[in-house]
This record gives sequence, structure tokens and C-alpha cells, in this order.
Amino acid sequence: MFPAIKPQVLVAVGLAACVTYSLRLGGLLLASRFPRSGRFRRGMDALPGALLFSLVLPSIVAEGVWGLMAAALTAIVVLRTRNTLAAMLCGMLVIFAVRKMGL
Amino acid sequence: MKHRKPEMIRGARANVPVAASAMAYGSVLGVLAAQKGLSWLDMMYMNSAVFAGAAQFVMVDMWSNHMPIFEMTLAVLVINLRYLLIGASLDPLFSGRGLLHKMGMMHLVADENWAVTMSEQRNGSATTWFLFGGGVFLYLAWSSGTLIGLLGGGFITRPEDYALDFAFTAVFTALAVGLWRGKGDVLPGVVAGAAALLAHKFLPGKWYIVAGGLAGAVSAMLGPCEIEEAEEVEDVPSY
Repeated sequence: MFPAIKPQVLVAVGLAACVTYSLRLGGLLLASRFPRSGRFRRGMDALPGALLFSLVLPSIVAEGVWGLMAAALTAIVVLRTRNTLAAMLCGMLVIFAVRKMGL
Repeated sequence: MKHRKPEMIRGARANVPVAASAMAYGSVLGVLAAQKGLSWLDMMYMNSAVFAGAAQFVMVDMWSNHMPIFEMTLAVLVINLRYLLIGASLDPLFSGRGLLHKMGMMHLVADENWAVTMSEQRNGSATTWFLFGGGVFLYLAWSSGTLIGLLGGGFITRPEDYALDFAFTAVFTALAVGLWRGKGDVLPGVVAGAAALLAHKFLPGKWYIVAGGLAGAVSAMLGPCEIEEAEEVEDVPSY
């Protein structure tokens, strides 16, 4: 049987989609109007790193000391090997072991 | 363009680690969605139209026979506000591209393929098709994960047991290390980190990403700079 989408679902998800897409495209289109030099440019250049760092730091800290150790190991492995997958697995292994042992 | 296909494949390949964890998390969302009575079509509609993990979790949580349309839209707006900054940070990658190209590419931008692309761009080899290829691959992984969870009861119901929740943290950490540019990043890094931790403690949802990203960017804007400093000091009025 082919399910039907209820009108209210159509609207609710549709609005969520419009909001999300507008933010994605809006950010890009707004940024192209920003000045491309000086202080503003420096801020925009720092943005990706600052965003990514802000994304991870609270989840690292939430894991406590072992979270910091796992993140440090991940950083070392990626710096040494340039292999993101290996680095990710090393970090996960620390957390996996810690949780298994109930530390 | 001739390099379209190889670039998309390269982007897809680079996203394999994040896609694996996205799939596992998708299956968790699928299980929750099944409990809320979503059909596979509802699920796929949401995957295709919204395509944003955290927002979809909240939407499924708010799902009911009488959809709270206004609250749901507002929640999605707040959770996804970070995409405004993510979109802005992609401006250099899209420079010289037309509006249609931008419109077509931006829908499939998620945290994961964005982060992979930013890290790739630091090596000077990212393209918009690399970003898009990663997005398509992520979409397929995310969608199959959600459907497996919805229809099959999920292959992983407790991802924490396998440290899969830390997979995102670990891979984003590895990518963040790749974005490091040198001493000039210390100030924005410290400011972003402090703002993110504070916002994470005191504000709900995903505000901490927005707060940290903005704080870091503003501190880089206001902070000292090795090369341009000389000319800009003159802007400061002297008494």
C-alpha cells in the first residue's frame, strides 16, 4: 500500500524545509555582499575553524578527562598520518574502552 | 564541466567515515519515527526536504496527530541558524559561480560534508562538486539509515554502547585540526571555545555553535593582525 502524506505533515515539513534552505542559501548569498578585504575578511576567514571548534568542544568536554584524551589522540593521529578515518577510529576506541570498563 | 563526475566521486569518498556514523544515527531516528507512526513516505519526504539531522530529531520528537506547525518551524529555525554561518563560510568556494549553481548546490549542505569540504579546501583542492558529491552520498546514507530503523526496527538501537555518538566528535575534531592555520588562530579559537562552552551550558539547543562561531569570527576581526595591523592602527583616534 502506498501511504499518503497528510496535509498538515506536508505543511509542517514544507515550512521546516523552507526555513532550512533559506538559511543555507541566505548565508552564502549574504556573504558575497560582504567586503572582501580588511578586518571583515579576517573574520570570515576565521569563521570555518571557529564554527567547527565550537561544534566539537562541548561534546569533548561532556565526556570529561577521557573525552579530552580521546580528542588529543585523534588530533595526534590525524597530524601524523593525515588519515581522518584512522584518527576517528582511535578516538572512538578510547571512548568505547572507557565506557566498557565503566571508568 | 568535465571534472564534475570525478569531483563528486572524490567528495563521496571523503565522506565515507561521516556517512557511516550518519547512517547509524539515521537508524536511531527511524526507530523513534516508527514509534511516532511516521510512514516511510513521511520519512523520505522529511529526509529529502529538510536534510538536517539534529532538526529532524526534534521534528520527530514534536510529531503528533495535530502537528504543532508554528512551534516546529520555530524550533527548526533556531536549531539550523548555524547554517547561516556555514553558508557564509562557503562563499570563497563558490566565488565566480552563478546563482543557479549556488541554489542547486546549497540544499545538500550538512555539517558533515561542509566540514569535510572545509578541511579539503585548506589543501586547496575542494570544489563545489566535491561538496555536492559528499552531500549526495550523505543523503543516501542518511536516508537508508532512517528507513532501516523505521521498517526494520534499527540495526543499532543504542549507538552510545559502541561510542558511535563520539564518532561525530572525533571526526569533526580531526577535521578541525586540519583547519588550523597557525598562531593567528589562537585568539579566535580560545574565544570561540569559551563562547561555545558558556552557550552550551546556559542556552538550549544548538545556539552554542552559532555563539562560538560568531564570537571567534568577531575576535579575529577585532584582534591584532601581523600584516595589516600597521595601517589599521591609524584608524584608532589618538588623544
